[in-house]
Amino acid sequence: MSFPNPTPRPEGELEQLKRIWRPPSGLGFLTVVNNTYIGLFYVGAAVMFFVLAGILALIMRTQLAVPDNDLVSDGLYNQLFTMHGTMMMFLFAVPAVEAMGVYLLPNMLAARDLPFPRLSAFAFWAYLIGGSVFFLSIFWGLAPDGGWFMYPPLTSIEYSPADNADFWLLGIGFIEISAIAGAIEIVCGVLLTRAPGMSLDKMPVYAWAMLVFAGMIIFAFPAVILATLLLELERAFGWPFFIPGQGGDPLLWQHLFWFFGHPEVYIIFLPAAGMVSMIVPTIAQKPLVGYRLVVLAVIGTGVLSFGLWVHHMFATGLPQLSLSFFSAASMAVAIPSGIQIFAWIATIASGKVRLTTPSLFILGFLFIFTIGGLTGVMVAMVPFDWQAHDTYFIVAHLHYVLIGGMVFPLFAAFYYWVPVASRRALSEKVGRWVFGLMFVGVNVAFFPMHITGLIGMPRRVSTYPADLGWGDLNMVSTIGAYLIGAGVLLFLIDVARNFRITSADNAGNVWNAPTLEWLPNDNYATRSIPIVASRDPLWDQPGLAEDVEAGRYYLPNAPTGYRETIVTSPVTAEPRYIVQIPGPGWFHVLAAAFTAACFLLLTVKLVTPAIICGVLAVFFVLAWAWQLDPGPTHPPVDIGGGLKLPVYKTGSGSHSWWATICFLLVAGTTFLCMIFSYLFLWLSNVGDWPPAGTALPALSWASGSAALYLASALLAWGASRTLAAGRLWTSQGLLLLGALPALCGALGVDGWGFWQAGLRPQDHAYGAAVYTILCLTGVFAFTLAIFTPFLTLRAAFGRLDTARRASFDVGLLLFYYTAGQALVGLLLTHGFPRAVG
Amino acid sequence: MTVGGALILLLVLALTAYALLAAPETRGWLGSRRTILWGGIAFPTVTVTALLIYGLLVARGIVTPAVGEDVQRVEVVGEQFWWRVRYLDDDGRVLFETANELHLPVGRTVELALTSADVIHSFWVPALAGKLDMIPGRTNILRLRAERAGVYRGQCTEFCGVQHARMAFHAVALEAEAYDAWLREASGPAVEPATSGLREGRERFLQLGCGACHAVRGTGAAGVLGPDLTRIGSRQSLGAGMMPVTAENLAAWIADSQHLKPGNLMPPFDMLPDGEAQAIARYLESLK
Repeated sequence: MSFPNPTPRPEGELEQLKRIWRPPSGLGFLTVVNNTYIGLFYVGAAVMFFVLAGILALIMRTQLAVPDNDLVSDGLYNQLFTMHGTMMMFLFAVPAVEAMGVYLLPNMLAARDLPFPRLSAFAFWAYLIGGSVFFLSIFWGLAPDGGWFMYPPLTSIEYSPADNADFWLLGIGFIEISAIAGAIEIVCGVLLTRAPGMSLDKMPVYAWAMLVFAGMIIFAFPAVILATLLLELERAFGWPFFIPGQGGDPLLWQHLFWFFGHPEVYIIFLPAAGMVSMIVPTIAQKPLVGYRLVVLAVIGTGVLSFGLWVHHMFATGLPQLSLSFFSAASMAVAIPSGIQIFAWIATIASGKVRLTTPSLFILGFLFIFTIGGLTGVMVAMVPFDWQAHDTYFIVAHLHYVLIGGMVFPLFAAFYYWVPVASRRALSEKVGRWVFGLMFVGVNVAFFPMHITGLIGMPRRVSTYPADLGWGDLNMVSTIGAYLIGAGVLLFLIDVARNFRITSADNAGNVWNAPTLEWLPNDNYATRSIPIVASRDPLWDQPGLAEDVEAGRYYLPNAPTGYRETIVTSPVTAEPRYIVQIPGPGWFHVLAAAFTAACFLLLTVKLVTPAIICGVLAVFFVLAWAWQLDPGPTHPPVDIGGGLKLPVYKTGSGSHSWWATICFLLVAGTTFLCMIFSYLFLWLSNVGDWPPAGTALPALSWASGSAALYLASALLAWGASRTLAAGRLWTSQGLLLLGALPALCGALGVDGWGFWQAGLRPQDHAYGAAVYTILCLTGVFAFTLAIFTPFLTLRAAFGRLDTARRASFDVGLLLFYYTAGQALVGLLLTHGFPRAVG
Repeated sequence: MTVGGALILLLVLALTAYALLAAPETRGWLGSRRTILWGGIAFPTVTVTALLIYGLLVARGIVTPAVGEDVQRVEVVGEQFWWRVRYLDDDGRVLFETANELHLPVGRTVELALTSADVIHSFWVPALAGKLDMIPGRTNILRLRAERAGVYRGQCTEFCGVQHARMAFHAVALEAEAYDAWLREASGPAVEPATSGLREGRERFLQLGCGACHAVRGTGAAGVLGPDLTRIGSRQSLGAGMMPVTAENLAAWIADSQHLKPGNLMPPFDMLPDGEAQAIARYLESLK
């Protein structure tokens, strides 16, 4: 067999790779961006929040162990369960699976790093700082206490006047932004940086699961971001979205929240199922049975999960017909789940499983998750749900699903993948005890809750009377909870004793696993980037590890002298170009710190310091962006096998273009959710929209505004054409002096039209919705008002020209998108009331 | 359904155990795509479809009034953290108001109009029907029919704030005659105090301004913020399911309900001179 590159490799090549990819030391270590470090910090932070939220649960279980207990006050109890749910969802589950992705994906795809390493570092720091302050709020009695679902009007200013609810809205809204940043990174990483030859049908199931996961975040999180925005607008400025007396509707929140909230369950479950699909073949030492079916099941689950949200609202009094639809959709999820479970059973049957700790956790997962799935089908039955809803039956069900479906696979993954990240594997002996305690604990804690719920105990009660006979079952549950706690404690001891972080001399392929993350590793990932010809390359391509390590495959060096990896085509993974990846830096760290500070200061209404931090955050983001978009610094380089690849690419197909498109999908989905909200509020006010006494502005306002929006898009297009023709300053003039003023003017005309017609956002949900639609366009106008001069500055310093225009293209896409969104908004706010009125 | 679920669980466990433990030559058949097609696609499709049809049939069997049946209509309003109960006549006019207790005739359909005065609550009497949310700005209709006389406990099941745990009530199902008698009594004014001590209690009740929030029909007290107290002495519980209605509990509640149920709207009256809270409590306890 002939390899792309000859051996022995030239002297000094390996040393250069090592030097380029070495993480900084000392205080500078905070600026590290390598996915192998950021991924581990990220996992570590997620485990920390898991332990903290678990401690809150133990306090609750202690309070509930006996009836009429007064260990904690009612108010504190409400903070405890709100924080437990919120932290487990937003600070543990989503970040944990995202963190595992940041760590594992580049290794599994044999990329040197993710395409935007500073973005994942930013996401991590923002999450760590924001999450920690959010948690600490409980020590000041400021923790949110409206439940993790935060239903208004309980969380509206009238019934929750203190800052507690704002901590949820701003804190979680902010952490969602971090999750989206990570999701965009993962989409680009999976689609663009796979090893040559790893076409989509050879991609590991885990990478499929993470791709679907990231796509689901992109389409699901906007709903909750919009919901938090609307509720915060209501709380801070009195825009009455959810206040029935002013045209608002509390159910709007529930639709938006659960449109996010149900996919959220699968957002957590799919990556875990992906991990299981990686571990099961290894423990059975046989390829996964039914790979294509499993991939289809993963995609199918992702799609179906968006059609289920109403099953959280069966008891709100919706029409029977719509309930039947959502009931059927909820049950249909049993099919893709069934496919995966039987694929794992078939794989186990086709091989010979050794009962190691990862195997035990997988088996525990199968047992617990199957119970959770079956009770899920039960509660999808509408009449059953009318009894079980909001009782301890649901508490039991959701913990079986989430602990079975996510925590057990995650612990299997810890025991399985630690040898990649650590000098020593975790202890098999201790691991069995960890498994035993957790498995018994989960069943002792949560199985009795099915019964507690069926005999009538509601959720979210701080205590219960003795004469109802719920005491014994609760005591059993509490004992179980402590068993889980003991298991987790033992796990932490195991980690402390055996986990020794390393990138060069890890414990190695101890399980004889087939995928690329088990190749010899260092800070630069693999020495050379292999050609993949199989789904299980380490089993089917003999000698792969030695050849990769010897540098016989692609890119065994650093030809441009910077950090770099190969960008391959999304479907067939053919090498396209070399991307230069940014290394360590302070700007993204400072940007994360000041963004977090800005949000948290807003929460406690310290507006001036918040604005200062916001300005600093924007400044550091720009400073960070200043260093990006390096341009064609180097002529095309030889990566071996006669392949000469360019080191810079712009336009569609480049990684920055993909990332911008992903971001615009988030923005577009947010706007769609706002359109939904507008129409939903109309449905609550049919015949009174706009409300009596409110006039629509004349159509001339709309047409004038539309003309200006169109002009801004056309001018931006002209700027792009003139830039391509080499007329840099004409292009800049068109953009800065043409497109930007046209955009701002259009928004001004649009907004002033409603204002001069007498519409005010505080009066009625109608006005609130109209001004929010304007604000969503305003956010982009504001961004472009900063970004356009930034581009001009780049042009002045020679960082933007005909060839080096990736950052210009980002701005161009933003202009197009903003004009498009604004035109849809105009059509809705001016056209719809006229059409129905 | 539970039995079916248990059987499916056993099947999955048995197959897993078989896949793990059986001799390689005997378990080989399980290790193929066929397993997925039958176990993962065909099996759940059939069971789930059957279950769905069954579910639709059950949902259709939810209480509907018989043709021409005289339906008792009651409006129940969820408030932080108690239940306002209004009995309505056939035209929807309020006959009288009470609180934290729902009386219903055995064998007859009761139609509840559920709504809320503040945040979202949820109405649930497990023994009588499924739950239904009480949402401000909306009215949801729930139909109940008690088949046996008795006292059934109900509780709020949508988290509604600090005292969500202590927002319970009782549904009292009475046979037809007893129900009619109750209805007559309940719609009338409060009983007159029989002793001078009780009259003294009523005086203090009115002088202290309790009537600003509470109503006792037939006296000057006509407040609407808090629960109607016209027949408080006959109720199953005090504080929305918290404790029995005794003079002692009433006195404790008047003196400092914020200690018993922190976050309810009633201010503490711990500044009252000795014996005064007890006098009022005895008067209230006599309102049967």
